[in-house]
Amino acid sequence: MNQPFKLSVNGQSHTVEADPDMPLLYALRNDLGLNNPHFGCGLAQCGACTVHVDGQPTRSCVTPMSAVGKSEVTTLAGLGTPEKPHPLQTAYVEEQVLQCGYCINGWLMTAAAFLRDNKKPTEAQIKEALSGLKCRCGTHISILKAVKRAAEMMG
Amino acid sequence: MTKFEKPTSLTRRSVLLGSGALVVSIGAGVTLETVLSIGEAFAQGTKPPLTPDQLSSYIAVNADGRVAAYFGKMDMGHGLHVAIAQIVAEELDVPFKAVKVFMADTATSVNQGGASGSTGIQLGGKQLRVAAAEARRVLVEMAAGALSVPADKLTVNDGVVSATDDKTKSISYAQLIGGQYFNVQLDWNKQYGNALYAPGKAQPKKPSEHKVVGQPIKREDIAPKVFCQEDFVTDVKVPGMMHGRMIRPAVAGSVPVKVDESSIKDIPGARVVWKNGFLGVVADKEWDAIQATEKLKVEWSAQEPPFPAQASLHDHIRKAPVRKRMVEVQNGDVDAAFKSAARIIEAEYEWPFQSHASMGPACSLVEIKDGKATCWSGTQKSHFVQEGIATLLQMPLESVHVIFKSGPGSYGRNDADDCAMDAAMLAQSVGRPVRLQYMRDQGTGWDPKGPASVHSAKCGLNAAGEVIAYEFTSKAFSRVDVDTNGGKPYDTLTGQTLGVALKSGDGFGVPAESYAVANKRMAWETIPPLLDRASPLRSSHLRDPVGPQIHFASESFIDEVASAVNADPIEFRLRYVKDPRDIAVIKAAAEKAKWETRASPRHDQTGPKVSGRGIAYAQRNGTRVAVIAEVDVDRSTGKIAARKFTVAHDCGQIINPDGLVKCVEGNIVQGVSRALWEEVTFDRNTVTSVDWITYPILDITETPGQVDVVLLNYPDIAPSGAGEPSIRPVAAAIANAIFDATGVRIRRVPFSPERVKAAFS
Repeated sequence: MNQPFKLSVNGQSHTVEADPDMPLLYALRNDLGLNNPHFGCGLAQCGACTVHVDGQPTRSCVTPMSAVGKSEVTTLAGLGTPEKPHPLQTAYVEEQVLQCGYCINGWLMTAAAFLRDNKKPTEAQIKEALSGLKCRCGTHISILKAVKRAAEMMG
Repeated sequence: MTKFEKPTSLTRRSVLLGSGALVVSIGAGVTLETVLSIGEAFAQGTKPPLTPDQLSSYIAVNADGRVAAYFGKMDMGHGLHVAIAQIVAEELDVPFKAVKVFMADTATSVNQGGASGSTGIQLGGKQLRVAAAEARRVLVEMAAGALSVPADKLTVNDGVVSATDDKTKSISYAQLIGGQYFNVQLDWNKQYGNALYAPGKAQPKKPSEHKVVGQPIKREDIAPKVFCQEDFVTDVKVPGMMHGRMIRPAVAGSVPVKVDESSIKDIPGARVVWKNGFLGVVADKEWDAIQATEKLKVEWSAQEPPFPAQASLHDHIRKAPVRKRMVEVQNGDVDAAFKSAARIIEAEYEWPFQSHASMGPACSLVEIKDGKATCWSGTQKSHFVQEGIATLLQMPLESVHVIFKSGPGSYGRNDADDCAMDAAMLAQSVGRPVRLQYMRDQGTGWDPKGPASVHSAKCGLNAAGEVIAYEFTSKAFSRVDVDTNGGKPYDTLTGQTLGVALKSGDGFGVPAESYAVANKRMAWETIPPLLDRASPLRSSHLRDPVGPQIHFASESFIDEVASAVNADPIEFRLRYVKDPRDIAVIKAAAEKAKWETRASPRHDQTGPKVSGRGIAYAQRNGTRVAVIAEVDVDRSTGKIAARKFTVAHDCGQIINPDGLVKCVEGNIVQGVSRALWEEVTFDRNTVTSVDWITYPILDITETPGQVDVVLLNYPDIAPSGAGEPSIRPVAAAIANAIFDATGVRIRRVPFSPERVKAAFS
């Protein structure tokens, strides 16, 4: 049975009628028109759907609406803008990371939380933090360069 | 809405009518004011027909002087559009930023073959180069008339034509033709697809004159994606759109015999589309469509399990009847030479089925309205999909419009074309636009697979240890069991589930190298597919189609022979490699990697953790690549760390070195993944590798820490491809490095820890 859910996404409040079991991803993409989180696997295995829920990287493809509650949801669009970019977004552009680009929500949202909580991380720590993410094009070398660059920018 | 003041347009009108009308298409009934009133768009007015013999099919100059390049291929992630814009800007003498490349929209581009065989620059760029050169020639001729200055006394700078000795006499491209299409005939070779070529009268510039080509210009499309301003194909929506999902059988080959629609009656708006083996559902909400696939009660036909046990796959290949044999290289008297050989070395290599496993499963949206169909797709072949949909829906070709939008990765004939055709079928059946996205298990489990293969290599040496005879044969599933595009329903799951007559093609390949051996035979043999229709193990093109498997075998084998005669692997190769550019890439890689000349394997290491180095090289349609891998092997676990690669890459003239390096890095990383991890698993019923757990690829902790790329640039040699060649030698380079480290030869991909460990015991 559908029921109304109040969602706070990127600082804005919304009400969505949805099945409590429906993953948050579909509400973000279809009801709110936020295309940035992508469907990659629906199994929490790749990261393409990652958003922050109260600051924590969360796989929205397996997060039921009923579990979101009053939490603040942040998508990649809420991470930064061209005028006020997150250091990772700046670094991604400067390092020209993307190939197909479909995976970026996972890497950027996961790395953003990691760099917020871990100042001056080692390369091994960065790799470990990002080990649960997929990139099929094989841009990992550029991803690592960009995350290291952003880490330096974030001091 | 025009950016132009009236006086400017009047000036332009007088220019057009005064000098340029013969080469400008001014269609009846379309006034210049009408043209200008649409100012924002690129060239307006009546356009000559969208045919390969019209300059307007490739190049247009907008009213404000910006240039549109209409390209019948598309970028699959390497920034191809940047290189194409560089080529067009170079030949037209306009700023790089003035060029916008419109890719693979069937309404604005001709069929240049789509993304195919690393030919984006090699063939697609070649055409855009001659088209842009012809556009420049025509514009200079127009300027000559307008300025009353002979064409050979004119120069062009940033889209402005000036008298060489009097810069006050000048006129811009925008003034000459902006807003109107060219009406100039090209000399088309009557070919479509990759082979299409239609030059004009102009000669392109000499490479020594190039200023934009060769520059490391950055991609402009990174920022829009990073800031979520650009849609993927998955993001396209139209009013009234429904969401679709397909249902596949648990036993491949089985078809629905009974579908209980009442089982989903509680799901709002959910409907079933069932025709023969084609079974899908649609609903207004995406989650409802997903729920409906899970809840729909389906009775399936009894089906004998179609597949052999996976463990016997390669024995099946060995024993299977040969459907087609092709000897591609035959020099000397191979059989006699083997009889006279002092020593014969033989080895056999195996490669598994592999999946495209794109980052997301394919997605497509099809809208059918007023007798016309529009399809948004991440396909590599939009013009072929246009043909496929027209055939499937029985519509005229011109009534089908396919719009390419970037999808979730590609890497060959993945699931995109099946998805476009399935979406078309669903949309036609329910009479509403349908957005279809496959689920993960369908993306990985049901995409066409890179073919599994067995490769036999045999070498005859004389008493002096020289190679006098060489034979290499691949026996495999076909690379075109289903063809490389969705142009024919029988090549798609859609057609195959609907029951169209099948037409499985035959194709494979032989090693691409320049080893000169007097008696040499290289051949391939293809076998029938395991299941004749709608098979999750149907085979087709996966990045560098059959290149990784063939060269894993051939370049491993050359190493085996080198070791057998106690020779350094590079020194041994250079005894036989004859092509000067091949020699140059091998030497360039060796120098950069500081290769130490010695035979493999090493004998100076003890303990469980050992290291080694290995080389492999290959050609690919004009491109040459040498790859040196440096690996660490943990003998106790079998785990391979492919930690460093040195790549020497020669693709002739380099258009954009930065883009090329990124492209090579991606090839190497994906190549490592395919060599170390990737293998489609299956049971007797169906494919069982259906997600990232069951079809693992490499993660960032396993990514090489260093990839050194040496670019060999030959500005006077026409550019060849780069999208695939450097993935080709990766598996062999790793296998040769494992042998160097351990003395153990791994002849079966992937080099998973279990397999490597087993090889040590």
